[in-house]
Amino acid sequence: MKENAVLVMKNIHKSFPGVKALQGVDFKLREGEIHALMGENGAGKSTLIKVLTGVYGKDEGQIFLGTDSQEVTIRSPQDAQNMGISTVYQEITLCPNLSVAENMFIGRTKGIRQDWKMMARETTRILKSLDIPAEASQQLSTCSIAVQQMVAIARAVDMDCKVLILDEPTSSLDEQEVEKLFRLMRDLKKKGVGIIFVTHFLDQVYEVCDRITVLRDGSLVGEYEIADLPRVQLVSKMLGKELDDLSDIKGETKTKEKTSDVPVFETEQLASVAGIKPFDFYIKKGEVNGFTGLLGSGRSECVRAIYGADRVTQGKVKKNGKEIRIRKPLDAMKAGIAYLPEDRKNDGIIGDLSVRENIILALQVRKGFFKPFTRAEAEKFADDYIKLLDIKTASADTPIKSLSGGNQQKCILARWLLMNPEYLILDEPTRGIDVGTKVDIQKLVLKLASEGMSITFISSETDEMLRTCSRLVVMRDGKVVGELSGDDLTQSKIMSTIAGGESKNE
Amino acid sequence: MSKAEKKQKAGSRQILIPLIALAILAIFNLIVDPSFFSISLGVNSQGDPVLSGNLVTVLDYGAELAILAIGMTLVTAATGGQDISVGAAMAISGSIMLRVLCGETTQTSVLHTPIIVALLVSIVVAMLFGAFNGALVAFFKIQPMVATLILFTAGRSIAAWINNNELPIIDDPKFGYAGGFIPGIPIPTPIFIAVICMIVIALLLRFTNLGLYTQSVGINEESSRLNGLNPELIKLLTFVILGVCVAIAGWIKVSRLSTINYSTFAKDIEMDAILAVALGGNALSGGKFNMASSILGAYVIQFLTTTLYRMDVSSAAISAYKAVVVILLVVMSAPTVQAWAKNMWKKLRPHAAVKEVG
Repeated sequence: MKENAVLVMKNIHKSFPGVKALQGVDFKLREGEIHALMGENGAGKSTLIKVLTGVYGKDEGQIFLGTDSQEVTIRSPQDAQNMGISTVYQEITLCPNLSVAENMFIGRTKGIRQDWKMMARETTRILKSLDIPAEASQQLSTCSIAVQQMVAIARAVDMDCKVLILDEPTSSLDEQEVEKLFRLMRDLKKKGVGIIFVTHFLDQVYEVCDRITVLRDGSLVGEYEIADLPRVQLVSKMLGKELDDLSDIKGETKTKEKTSDVPVFETEQLASVAGIKPFDFYIKKGEVNGFTGLLGSGRSECVRAIYGADRVTQGKVKKNGKEIRIRKPLDAMKAGIAYLPEDRKNDGIIGDLSVRENIILALQVRKGFFKPFTRAEAEKFADDYIKLLDIKTASADTPIKSLSGGNQQKCILARWLLMNPEYLILDEPTRGIDVGTKVDIQKLVLKLASEGMSITFISSETDEMLRTCSRLVVMRDGKVVGELSGDDLTQSKIMSTIAGGESKNE
Repeated sequence: MSKAEKKQKAGSRQILIPLIALAILAIFNLIVDPSFFSISLGVNSQGDPVLSGNLVTVLDYGAELAILAIGMTLVTAATGGQDISVGAAMAISGSIMLRVLCGETTQTSVLHTPIIVALLVSIVVAMLFGAFNGALVAFFKIQPMVATLILFTAGRSIAAWINNNELPIIDDPKFGYAGGFIPGIPIPTPIFIAVICMIVIALLLRFTNLGLYTQSVGINEESSRLNGLNPELIKLLTFVILGVCVAIAGWIKVSRLSTINYSTFAKDIEMDAILAVALGGNALSGGKFNMASSILGAYVIQFLTTTLYRMDVSSAAISAYKAVVVILLVVMSAPTVQAWAKNMWKKLRPHAAVKEVG
């Protein structure tokens, strides 16, 4: 059975106060394989990876590294790196204020002398070989999130690793970029690198991976050859129950055109400093629609303009036919608009504050500076929504940053639902969260809409949008290029509209 | 996941840091000389009853620092930076008070205006200077320490200029009440003023969203903005509140002296105020704060100063001694050291560790 295992983890245990994060997990990675690590939020994937990379110490268990299976103790990320374990985390962990080249080489140079020329040259070479659109001297923060992510991968790849861990690397990449990354992964695989791939995108798992290890609630469910585990089975293993929820939701009729003919909100020639072309848009009561387009096409910028998150340069927003002035987010909130932002970490959560404070924040702000909720009120709000959305947290007092991504997202969702908005904008609400939660969120969206809430749903997964939206606004290069509804709502039609007429084969 | 959880626990234990420091100082004094703690009721030169003793001194002379710590905590929380101009700003507000009270003359036993008017004028002026600092930080995005460096440099000159570089002296004993004793009340007035300030801030934190907003802005400005907050305004507000604190502290200080020396008045107090925040276990990078902890931190510093004076350390050498103690306190309260200590503790008592996890 020991066919060239480069990494074996045996009986790993790890506990945190109040939580048993890992209980006797085994994991085995072979030379030249892409191994998917799957599980719901809080299943222990991240913890396992952090144990492997030395971020956390393990409580119990053994780690063997290399083809000769030497037992190793990994004390720090630096240790892990020296042993040939490189990681690209879900959240970008580079330094945004440094240049791309500096980011590539930070922490890898020996001695005090710095060969800047070599760094620049090497970086340029690597960027070119991986086809990453960035300059070595460019400051990292000026790159798009996708490019930053790719730089992080390039950095890891360049470090001559034997084990490469990709923790949700694709969640902010668009399809072409994902394709590029996969090509890269296959290359590395041929060179014998073992790759651990953590993702929530099932399609991607089936596209590149050889094996799957499934975790649930901190325990190992099993290791499977990809061919032996059909998709439905995988999902049910992850959730721990037989599940036809996914098909369920498909069967549900999308929002029936409940037309009160007057749009609740509409925009006329709205544009903002974020560089979108002026656009017209409307949404009716109880409607679910969406913006679609490639990454950077301006779909987020459109909704940000409506919400007043970016400074509006022209155009108007109307509510029930009457013009309203939205100059800052508070205006939008008062007009009944809620906005769940795309970048959860930077725009959504207030990391150090508790789950409770995060949930009540928006409502509290709308209520006013001099009218704080009493402790009891706040607790009730938080507890209600923790229960309603099934947020997994030790308590309402836990700082939100210690929750898993999906649960953080639920808290932010709770924050906006608590406002009871007329118009809810969800920008990538399902990014980086597990299948179960994704389904929950989609169901919730449909339910809210049937109760009369207007919802704009943005997702980079076209499936999700097709399942939930009754109308899609298609964007390209900051411009609205089309609108699809009814029978036109198909993958291929969307693709061809995005591509601009010349239909790409899907 | 639980790294932060631990932090949260540490948060509720945050106040232990200054408390332990206080306890260490107290025990030290108890060993060296138990009479340190004696408090006696005497009669001052005016024939009024006054309390005296080292503890009274700590509470009395710690008042300015405690009041400044309130404002400094808020500024730190919201901006992730500190105001280093508070000493100079205190000189300005003290100078303003003297100017308003003395009018054109330099020595007076007759007050030209009621003290309350002078105080209000100086509060307004200090708020304006606070707003100036705050505007630089909030709207021009200048780092707080750099922004307040301007007033730090210019403040004492402005203070001198207000009184044409003369040193007005006020003889009216009423002016001395704020920094001394009100006849018939044996407790020093600064203690009352500090307590009132604490009550006010406690009420503000309880009945407004000051705490939530400042912390929120300090932790994640962009998120806060998208939640409808106005981060610039909130930062400005904290500097204005600090301005009020500065004026009140300046009032106590100038009342103690009945005059002002522009170059030494409240010198280096900004560093002590920042230290109070740090000793309180608050992150100087902003975000979550514990107000009570900061205030306690201020008294720890004063306790230390008083202890050193008591041990006949010369006032020139006192800073050096203080520095040593501060290093010890800060190192002890550093997270890495605490984690290490906790680990040692666990190793010594394995079953305690099990409890922690379960």
